[in-house]
Amino acid sequence: MIPAAFDYHRPDTIDAAVGLLAEHGEEARVVAGGHSLIPMMKLRMAYLSHLVDLRDVQEMQGITVDGDTVTLGAMVTQHELITSDALASVAPILREASLQIADPQVRYMGTIGGNVANGDPGNDIPGLMQALDAKFVLAGPEGRRTVDARGFYEAAYMTAREDEEILTHIRFRSVAGMGYAYEKQKRKIGDYATAAAAVLVAKDGDTISEARIAMTNLSDTPIFSEGAGAALVGTSGDGAAVAAAIAAMQADIDPAEDNRGPVEFKRHVAGVMLSRAINSALSRA
Amino acid sequence: MKDEVTSRDERVANLKGMGASRKRVEDARFTQGKGNYVDDVKLPGMLFGDFVRSPYAHARVNGINIEEAMKVPGVLAVLTAKDLEPLGLHWMPTLAGDKQMVLADGKVLFQGQEVAFVVATDRYACADGVEAVEVDYEDLPVIVDPFEAMQSDLVLREDLEAGADGAHGPRKHHNHIFLWEEGDEAATNQALESSEVVAEEMVYYHRTHPCPLETCGCVASMDKVNGKLTLWGTFQAPHVVRTVASLLSGIDEHNIRVISPDIGGGFGNKVGVYPGYVCSIVASIVTGKPVKWIEDRMDNLMATAFARDYWMKGKISATKDGKITGLHCHVTADHGAFDACADPTKFPAGFFHICTGSYDIPVAYVGVDGVYTNKAPGGVAYRCSFRVTEAAYFIERMIEVLAIELNMDAAELRRINFIKQEQFPYTSALGWEYDSGDYHTAWDKALEAVDYAGLRAEQAQRVEDFKAGKTRKLLGIGLTHFTEIVGAGPVKNCDILGMGMFDSCEIRIHPTGSAIARLGTISQGQGHATTFAQILASETGIPADKITIEEGDTDTAPYGLGTYGSRSTPVAGAATALAGRKIRAKAQMIAAYLLEVHDDDVEWDVDRFVVKGAPERFKTMAEIAFASYNQAIPGVEPGLEAVSYYDPPNMTYPFGAYVCVMEIDVDTGEHEVRQFYALDDCGTRINPMVIEGQVHGGLTEALAIAMGQEIAYDDMGNCKTGTLMDFFMPTAWETPHYTTDHTETPSPHHPIGAKGVGESPNVGGVPAFSNAVHDAFRAFGLRQSHMPHDHWRIWKTANQLGLHG
Ligand SMILES: Cc1cc2nc3c(=O)[nH]c(=O)nc-3n(C[C@H](O)[C@H](O)[C@H](O)COP(=O)(O)OP(=O)(O)OC[C@H]3O[C@@H](n4cnc5c(N)ncnc54)[C@H](O)[C@@H]3O)c2cc1C
Repeated sequence: MIPAAFDYHRPDTIDAAVGLLAEHGEEARVVAGGHSLIPMMKLRMAYLSHLVDLRDVQEMQGITVDGDTVTLGAMVTQHELITSDALASVAPILREASLQIADPQVRYMGTIGGNVANGDPGNDIPGLMQALDAKFVLAGPEGRRTVDARGFYEAAYMTAREDEEILTHIRFRSVAGMGYAYEKQKRKIGDYATAAAAVLVAKDGDTISEARIAMTNLSDTPIFSEGAGAALVGTSGDGAAVAAAIAAMQADIDPAEDNRGPVEFKRHVAGVMLSRAINSALSRA
Repeated sequence: MKDEVTSRDERVANLKGMGASRKRVEDARFTQGKGNYVDDVKLPGMLFGDFVRSPYAHARVNGINIEEAMKVPGVLAVLTAKDLEPLGLHWMPTLAGDKQMVLADGKVLFQGQEVAFVVATDRYACADGVEAVEVDYEDLPVIVDPFEAMQSDLVLREDLEAGADGAHGPRKHHNHIFLWEEGDEAATNQALESSEVVAEEMVYYHRTHPCPLETCGCVASMDKVNGKLTLWGTFQAPHVVRTVASLLSGIDEHNIRVISPDIGGGFGNKVGVYPGYVCSIVASIVTGKPVKWIEDRMDNLMATAFARDYWMKGKISATKDGKITGLHCHVTADHGAFDACADPTKFPAGFFHICTGSYDIPVAYVGVDGVYTNKAPGGVAYRCSFRVTEAAYFIERMIEVLAIELNMDAAELRRINFIKQEQFPYTSALGWEYDSGDYHTAWDKALEAVDYAGLRAEQAQRVEDFKAGKTRKLLGIGLTHFTEIVGAGPVKNCDILGMGMFDSCEIRIHPTGSAIARLGTISQGQGHATTFAQILASETGIPADKITIEEGDTDTAPYGLGTYGSRSTPVAGAATALAGRKIRAKAQMIAAYLLEVHDDDVEWDVDRFVVKGAPERFKTMAEIAFASYNQAIPGVEPGLEAVSYYDPPNMTYPFGAYVCVMEIDVDTGEHEVRQFYALDDCGTRINPMVIEGQVHGGLTEALAIAMGQEIAYDDMGNCKTGTLMDFFMPTAWETPHYTTDHTETPSPHHPIGAKGVGESPNVGGVPAFSNAVHDAFRAFGLRQSHMPHDHWRIWKTANQLGLHG
């Protein structure tokens, strides 16, 4: 469990960090909280000659709520996602979900940027970002661009981010007032999801007017299930509607067998998580 | 002296002797990060060693190229089997009478097997060196299933002579290790055939791992000037390591010093002798420098000793009204690539034949076939006496299955079959003499404490509600009454590699009335420094706070067989009490002399000898100690010291009654332990708080094993559970609340009546958790399912029973 040798850089601006990535190419990688990257290096599954630590980049810190626009610096820790009251008032689902990530020690170090940029299907925040319809701000040698969370994930560890680009900020609109829930089944504290469901719903009277549903660790990317959301809209969220949403979601996911269990078990649990999340979200809408 | 004004009660309290919940003296340093573990040993010029390990479960090793590795800056040497061969150390004997490759000799037999040993100036260089070694493997077919192994033409152990006997008698097949039998098979079969009811079941106790927080490791330091080898290491049996090291290396035993410093948990994992120790010693001899080797977590889980992996085929028979008439058990035991089980040598299946449990079973038979597969070697007693957890799980499952067959309440079935109090000492059908017990009292107390009748009523209602669609949760009531067999053991039949399993204690009382005692055991978290001082306090009248307990240094401690199998209190604890009594006997002569009376005219009172009938005339132990060194006493040698070596006349038989109440979600397979009641009878209780701590820890390990912890392999022999992400270790979050209770039935043959407790909660806990899962589904037709009961396996059970609609 000892990584190969590497050089360590600690720039304090985004441009300097991007410059280092451009200079060292494939040999370099940014490190944020290190709680996904360092284990890979220790297992010698990742070899990097240059680690670019983003900790001193002030521009990438902090949570800002400006009207109904929420901006999160990529270096905001998972712990901050839990403790920020400002964030809880505009997107309480982030607190609910972050409390189910890993354990406090990991959350003090792990960042939201690392969690969404990592591209591990087990990460909980990417699906949430899709439910929130977040935009990712990327900075590279060519300048800055914005990518939709829903279009960001291509395959396990493959995203729309280019190697020399850094994810600097995450933006989304307030979902205050929407019903929300994050339901996750895991084997123990510190485990990734067997299956998890993020649900945001809005109601118009007794009728669901909007529903956004994303699933975690049930494919090689997070799954934003439009079909599942659509199955709820226009209904009261009764048993038949929930069953239809589950069926639509199950058509979108493609889980793989691992130590958590075989495929049919995961599909079943995905349905249970989604049904619980819908009911919980409806009760809060 | 202040003594005159101190009441007798105060003097007793001041001793903190037996029965006191004395705070653990070890905890101050452990909780402040001031422990001294083997990885804290840092010597000038120390080198580091690490292994190149096999990625294959079965392969020929056609060549090892160390050229690139030797170019890595800091790498000093790469040892392979060829380098060890001239020393005769490329193979080593195992504790079970087999032999094991130290480094791959022509082939590898399990994933993670040691192939080459890289020695470098620091850990980082060493890791780079390991990666640079090129090994030419040619993969071979793999066998991970012991039943397949016994059918297959594939010869796993080519080094063993075909048809020749093994260490435990004839081998039936080239992948067979031994058949070990106990009991009367013909009579048992006859009982089964003539009985009204017979229940048959395959009970599998899966492969798991002790996984101590601190992994295994050592520092070997060969001083070439004076010819002395010092070996620090994670050894549960330091003296045995010294003797084995001497026999293997040819270094005289007085020139070897083995030191077990603080040990961060052992649970059986640190009983074995591992290639890392041998390679570190050789590397230190070769380089003339100290060499440190420390496993990482994956090394530990994949390569050092696993536990269990027993396929137990059982048949149990009874009369229609539930009186058990016979028990038959055949075990297929998966020992992995080498037979490195840690059992007393004459018992290749350990004490598995305690599997008649707490029940009066007239006739029984056990046969155990040990089998080679392409899995890691081991088979240690993970927080249990040798194979006792397997035995307890087997009988407690068979009882449940029989209850189903009889359509009877499982608590009642146990009650009518318990060995009765008046039957002790009781000789079981498989030959053990149970020293003492009172099972009915413990059982009734337990059932009453949990309101058993109320629980059953609630469960019946729950089944109704479930069927009516009102709930998706089932309620399981897991019962266990276990009997342990610990304290190995009488030298007449218990030895390890010929070394008798006695233990020892040596005491020195200092002139001012404090003391040091050294034992042949070694604490790995059991709290010996706390509890053994309490035994001595009660025996010698010296307050426990004034007694230092030291273990683990073979240059200073008396010889002993170490700590595992709950043997420390039954064996070394007895030696401690008897050594204390020797001190007291000498103190009595000194006191009588000082008080100018005859020896018989003084009597012992807490911490002093008092002249009979004249309580104002006494000598305290402190006064006696001072006099023993500083006053000429005719006919008495100066000083106050004693040594005792204790060969136990019998094992001890702790027992307990556990009840686990569990909620099970049939849709997700998740569970929640709502209540856990644990009644332990470990005989005389030395420190109730330490006992409670041991019970909590053991139950939590039992929870882990029953509910998720396993060493699993795929068909290619890849270990799928080599990290703590997949190998389940419960945190405080997963750990339920435990209610502890006790009865106290002292051992009649032990000097202080103590029986040992460290392992009871694991032995009794596993069946309690597992029975709760099974019991939840009993109403829906479940007879047997396999552990670990993780989410998907519970879900599968529910699914197969048609509970998902
Ligand atoms: C025991 C344990 C349990 C865990 N359990 C969970 C869990 O239940 N759910 C969960 O979601 N996660 C879990 N994690 C992962 C944890 O949340 C990580 O912190 C997270 O995945 C990565 O964030 P980080 O800041 O640590 O990133 P790092 O490890 O530093 O980086 C991860 C990857 O993202 C890249 N990266 C990081 N920041 C940026 C950026 N700003 N721009 C571009 N690329 C970037 C890095 O180059 C690297 O490739 C667990 C981790 C551990 C150790």
